Amino acid sequence: MSAPRSLLSPARLLSREECEAIARRALAFGTADDVRVSIGGGSRGNTRFAQNQVSTSGDNYDVQVTVRAGVGQFVPAAQQPTDAALPRRGIKVGFSSTNRLDDASLREVVQTAERLARLAPEDPEALPELPNQTFEPDQGWSDATAALDPAGRVAAVRQVTDPARAAGLQSTGYLESNAGFFAVANNKGLFAYRRATSSAMTMTVRTADGSGSGWAGAAHHDVSRIDARALGARALDKAQRSVNPVAIEPGRYTVVLEPTAVGNLVQLIAFNLGARNADEGRSFFTKPGGGNKIGMKVVDERISITSDPLDVDMPAGAFTGEGLPVRRTAWIEKGAVANLAYDRYWAMSKNRDPVPGPSSFRMTGGDSTIEQLIASTERGLLVTRFWYIRPVDPRTILYTGLTRDGTFLIEKGKITRAVKNLRFNESPIFMLNNIEAMTAPVRVSASEDGGPGFGVMVPALKVRDFNFTSSSDAV
Amino acid sequence: MAACSSAAPVETAPVPATAATSSGDASVRDLAMLALDAAKSAGAQYADVRISQNRNQNINTRERRVQGLVDTTTYGFGVRSLVDGAWGFAGSRELTREEVVRVARQSVAQARANRAALVRPVTLAPPGSAAKGTWRAAARVDPFDVAIEDKVALLLSANEAAMKVKGARFVNSGMFFLREEKTLATSEGGYITQTLYRAQPFVNVTAVSADFSDFQTRQSNDVAPMGRGYEHVTDARLVENAPIWAEQAVQKLSAKPVEVGKYDLVLHPNHLWLTIHESIGHPTELDRAMGYEANYAGTSFLSPPEKFLGKFRYGPDFMNIQGDRSQVGALSTVGYDDEGVVPEDFLIVKNGIFNDYQTTREQATWLKWWYDSQARPTRSHGCSYAQSWADVQFQRMPNVSLLPGEKEQGWDDLIAATDRGIAIIGDGSFSIDQQRYNAQFGGQLYYEIKGGKIVGMLKDVAYQMRTPEFWNAMDMLGGKNSYFLGGAFGDGKGQPSQSNAVSHGCVPTRHRNINVINTGRKA
Repeated sequence: MSAPRSLLSPARLLSREECEAIARRALAFGTADDVRVSIGGGSRGNTRFAQNQVSTSGDNYDVQVTVRAGVGQFVPAAQQPTDAALPRRGIKVGFSSTNRLDDASLREVVQTAERLARLAPEDPEALPELPNQTFEPDQGWSDATAALDPAGRVAAVRQVTDPARAAGLQSTGYLESNAGFFAVANNKGLFAYRRATSSAMTMTVRTADGSGSGWAGAAHHDVSRIDARALGARALDKAQRSVNPVAIEPGRYTVVLEPTAVGNLVQLIAFNLGARNADEGRSFFTKPGGGNKIGMKVVDERISITSDPLDVDMPAGAFTGEGLPVRRTAWIEKGAVANLAYDRYWAMSKNRDPVPGPSSFRMTGGDSTIEQLIASTERGLLVTRFWYIRPVDPRTILYTGLTRDGTFLIEKGKITRAVKNLRFNESPIFMLNNIEAMTAPVRVSASEDGGPGFGVMVPALKVRDFNFTSSSDAV
Repeated sequence: MAACSSAAPVETAPVPATAATSSGDASVRDLAMLALDAAKSAGAQYADVRISQNRNQNINTRERRVQGLVDTTTYGFGVRSLVDGAWGFAGSRELTREEVVRVARQSVAQARANRAALVRPVTLAPPGSAAKGTWRAAARVDPFDVAIEDKVALLLSANEAAMKVKGARFVNSGMFFLREEKTLATSEGGYITQTLYRAQPFVNVTAVSADFSDFQTRQSNDVAPMGRGYEHVTDARLVENAPIWAEQAVQKLSAKPVEVGKYDLVLHPNHLWLTIHESIGHPTELDRAMGYEANYAGTSFLSPPEKFLGKFRYGPDFMNIQGDRSQVGALSTVGYDDEGVVPEDFLIVKNGIFNDYQTTREQATWLKWWYDSQARPTRSHGCSYAQSWADVQFQRMPNVSLLPGEKEQGWDDLIAATDRGIAIIGDGSFSIDQQRYNAQFGGQLYYEIKGGKIVGMLKDVAYQMRTPEFWNAMDMLGGKNSYFLGGAFGDGKGQPSQSNAVSHGCVPTRHRNINVINTGRKA
């Protein structure tokens, strides 16, 4: 789905040289001990459709400049006042940002950050700016994504709406494509720049009487890898097959979870990987008795989860917002916790290297096909995706949410009929301890809002004892 | 939560606004007129332009540290155009004459491209009259006029007060402020400038058991975010309340796990607002009912409208739900919506029966048959909103509130009248299906009621409900003295998801025989 971008809507973004020039201008206004300038933005485009036609669409261009100012020097723990009543010593920090790039605005944003820093109390955990770093080469740019314009988006949308209308169905969906950049510079000589594209297309097709609903979606930094027609056909088929669902009793079921459903749940682990929370006793990754679970087995030993900014299927930034390099990280290795995320301060206090949080999530899989997962199931449910997933209990990473847009009963190895949606109360940790079989991993669109979101690559899973607690009438 | 912006000098003095963005400034008017002219010249039959300047400030602390002190500002404009019944929208940060013309033409070109997939052209209900005016939210103290040192000192004092409570291990606190100055001009002659404020202070306390086997957090979400100024922070009495919240966090560690079963629930308004938001606010959005949000936020069980309007019993006769953008201090309150309509107060549920949907100008025309049958004019309820200059406006929730009952009774009266039940305070975990039938809600504090009295604290409580049954199971509600405005920033809808801020007023209620589950599991 690519089309030349019209002259009226070029994908505007700032180049490395332009970012360097803005950073130099801003840094020249700085007087604080530490000054960091982050510059990010670009062009964003989207087209929505409903009732088989475009409903709204939008294109916008923005650039945000954020300044971090630090006043004073870092004071190691050993040199802090021993009297607990005395204030702790350290760097005073302030942040300010603007989306104006003229000299007066840049001067003002630097001065505001510095003024805030001088008014802030000393922070014993604030660290000095990093010196220049070495980064992995930049990845994640697609000319096809950057070139997609409103007419190109409409052409893709029609590959879904036209067949849906012809079949007497109602299609609704969303296509987003972005071309952006991010740069960070500081007064210690660090500079990093990255440009990247992202795109996602998701759709929900419903029967005219509202008794059936099917979903399909995909995300990739290269929009030409998204096949709108194939996605539309899948959503159409699911809508037609999901009509007139029957209610089944909630309870524990063997489930075959399609990759999107697996991604919806597995990505929740990413939000709980902070080492500090674990060490402080307020996380699933807290070790009973104190400390954290690094080295402990927490899920099935067939499971490993990694993130890698150079992952060709889901490239991500090779540096953090403060300019720290991001490298391949194993989070779960053969079922055991391999790493947790450490910010620079917590890493220093624990004598470890910092570990930036996950930039994407790739989970290992198996060698089954989804047809084999279904064929091997005596009685169970096939789930297309989950929705409105919200935390219930952080002690076990327990979440609640519902199935949606394609939930089917499997009997004697065959899909026999559509069933009503169900609410679950379940943890991805429990789920990854109850695995029967897996397919190979695939890239999914697992964000709730249908945007490009966090890169997730997971298999379909067959899982026993999945906990459904109530039935829903929603189609 | 609400992402937006703000800027500059924090300790005193309003923004030294550049000439191009101060409200009512001639240059803003010139740019707005230039955008409208460019859109019309390019072929738009209707166009509007929003030019805005947002400032926001975030302060975050934990224990004795300031973790973040952030001031943000964003300026920009967005042009929406209608060409042969198809919408286009484009926005940019560059407030120059050249860019305004380029973006207006881009908006029209996009609308032309969208005609390729047009089935039914958009028509607009009358705006009422071409509005000209200004409006300013009720904020007594501009948060940006308050010294940053005072804000930091208040938060650190609250943290200190919380940490004095034995067993309180961690405390996170913060403040968020927004001031948005926006100008709307329409090709029908509307020209409106408005100033909105939002403020939210919070203190969250975590207690950890000595053996690291359990932790519990008490969030201060009974202090709701509001459309007010710094006086909202002062009124929240953070230093006085922090030790109470800390005591409750510690108490939660030793609370009794709930036994699953059916209970009568007595719901505090600082909990109930979220249940109203999810089970009444969202299903009564007309775009959802018509299928426009099926791919993300979902549709509605109140569909098709002709089967539900004036017919569906939402709850008992004494249940009345109002939609408005007029309650003083509420988050959705404005003088004009984002297409220039003066919003009206309207009853979504009237004497228990479903009476009306939330609408914009485009949507109101879809219900002409209903308004004609009621001898009411077909006009928008004024629910158009965009989160920023960079996003297109669409239907968003006004304040949706449960009106008080006639009998003057309150929280204690409802508990005293309950033989076996659970009282729930504060909002917690929440989830609801895409048609707003099946929901599950938790809270902050749960108390067991026996014989009309609270006999102890419970934990791991969540109730599961089906919307129509839940509201029809309501048999008591408080009077006007127990009315409370809850609310939230960060209500997501639309693709790309836009964040709305909305308040919900309500009184305590009692609901009979509701299913309660125990959410505690062992890792």
